[in-house]
Amino acid sequence: MKILVCISKTPDTTAKIAFKNNNTQFEDAGVQWIINPYDEWYALVKAIELKEKDPSIVLHLITVGGADCDAIIRKALALGGDEAFRVDVESDDSYVIASQIAAFANKGNYDLIFTGKETIDYNGSAIGGMIAALLDLPYLSLSTQFEWNGTEAKVTREIEGGEEVDLVRLPAVISCQKGMAEQRIPNMRGIMAARTKPLKVITPIAVNALTHIVTYELPPAKAGVKLVPADDVAGLVKLLHEEAKVI
Amino acid sequence: MSVLIFIDHSDGHLKKASFEVASFGATLAKQMNTKANALVLGNVFDDLTQLGNYGINKIYQIQSDNFNHVDVKMFTSLIVQVVKQVDASVVLFSHSQTGKALAPGVAVKLNAGLVTGVCDLPKTNEGFIVKKTVFSGKAFAWVSVTSPIKVLTLNPNSFSVQIINENASVEPITVPIPNASVQVAATNKVTGEVPLSEADIVVSGGRGLKGPENWGIIEDLAHALHAATACSRPVADAHWRPHHEHVGQTGVQIAPNLYIAIGISGAIQHLAGVNRSKTIVVINKDPEAPFFKAADYGIVGDAFEVVPKLTAAIKEMQSK
Repeated sequence: MKILVCISKTPDTTAKIAFKNNNTQFEDAGVQWIINPYDEWYALVKAIELKEKDPSIVLHLITVGGADCDAIIRKALALGGDEAFRVDVESDDSYVIASQIAAFANKGNYDLIFTGKETIDYNGSAIGGMIAALLDLPYLSLSTQFEWNGTEAKVTREIEGGEEVDLVRLPAVISCQKGMAEQRIPNMRGIMAARTKPLKVITPIAVNALTHIVTYELPPAKAGVKLVPADDVAGLVKLLHEEAKVI
Repeated sequence: MSVLIFIDHSDGHLKKASFEVASFGATLAKQMNTKANALVLGNVFDDLTQLGNYGINKIYQIQSDNFNHVDVKMFTSLIVQVVKQVDASVVLFSHSQTGKALAPGVAVKLNAGLVTGVCDLPKTNEGFIVKKTVFSGKAFAWVSVTSPIKVLTLNPNSFSVQIINENASVEPITVPIPNASVQVAATNKVTGEVPLSEADIVVSGGRGLKGPENWGIIEDLAHALHAATACSRPVADAHWRPHHEHVGQTGVQIAPNLYIAIGISGAIQHLAGVNRSKTIVVINKDPEAPFFKAADYGIVGDAFEVVPKLTAAIKEMQSK
């Protein structure tokens, strides 16, 4: 079995969100970069768990971006995986990113493609579904559990108002979220091993972007909190009813 | 050229998010001098013509017992065929579990630009530029879509429905139905609770509540307000509450009219999931809790004393 895990680089969850160049670019000065949490904690760790059960599994990682992604993909390799690939192109259009991954995956005969359910920067929730459509594969979105019995996968996924358990034959694309696996900390052996694991740079395919970000803006600042004394809950109810008009 | 709105229904019933996306689509269609039509897959018990109240013109429906589950590959193919048949140039979904599953594939098959998490009407006077939430609600991006067809998903609770009266008619539409791509073994629906993403009011508890046995005061307040309950990440991680209640950057992102945070300090990751709420109330015994800076109203006090009093005061107001 061959598994491909899609990895994205995102700002740390505590990063201050600001923009530069007339609000057209994310201000990355002083920002710590991490593996997108959904890609790391759920997609990657789940794939590693599968490989631990069946060491014959080939586990590849892929990212799309510039050389500044190499540190992140090495960090991912420190957790696990045999080999990593970086498609050398930058884009803010999900179709471009998904097309690069699909073109690579198409040549690799992967049985499973894992993605995180979304990235915490663009919040697109798009890459998994796009890869599946580009490769004409079943797509299991927002998955919380994955079991494989050798012929069929059993996938539990979040749906409107609950969850659904699906049986699917591979190959398939799975987007992963909480429940799939638990966060791991890379150990020293993993970090050392990651230094010598292959990281190959792939030439991108030609594909036109269908969207681009024009400008960013920050939400307006809050006017400031109105404090109500703890012994005057009736005062709070009155404010919520008459001023905020929310109850 | 027209706007086509995918109307999701839960077990045959129309939902609030579907009316929001219908109204958003109709308003956009008016702005673009065209018509808004809806697409419904499967059997629906509710009267579909009520979508006319939200400005929908035609409702295309494909009835089948095979559409009780959203099979992504099958639904994608059906939607794409309908879009081509009715010549739609904008395809809208709600940014729900269903919309997130379907919109990316539909966009790819139509060679259409996709913008998910849309939170305002697009600017259409010059090009097509859409506002969406990014950085988990900490910022917005205006995205230009350059393809002839556009696919958008609309954030729940981000567009106030407008009543535009149209006489909507249901029209059957025929397209080839592909095979299912997965076999559904089981479904577990949470019944009787208000779904978090659709709730107008959310009552949320954090570590300040000290343990799962103390959640009664949260639930009582939620019941009084017909609200959904939520929690912070440490609470879900400690298994005090189910994971699907975790709101924050790596949990559910919500935008209710009223968010009441009880015993939650307000870490930046938590704020990212809730800061689009219209009104935020914070109850915390620590006056230095960072959440007060993001709140509209606050009470510095012990949750175990304040919350039951608040529930009682709300019930009293409602009884008047």
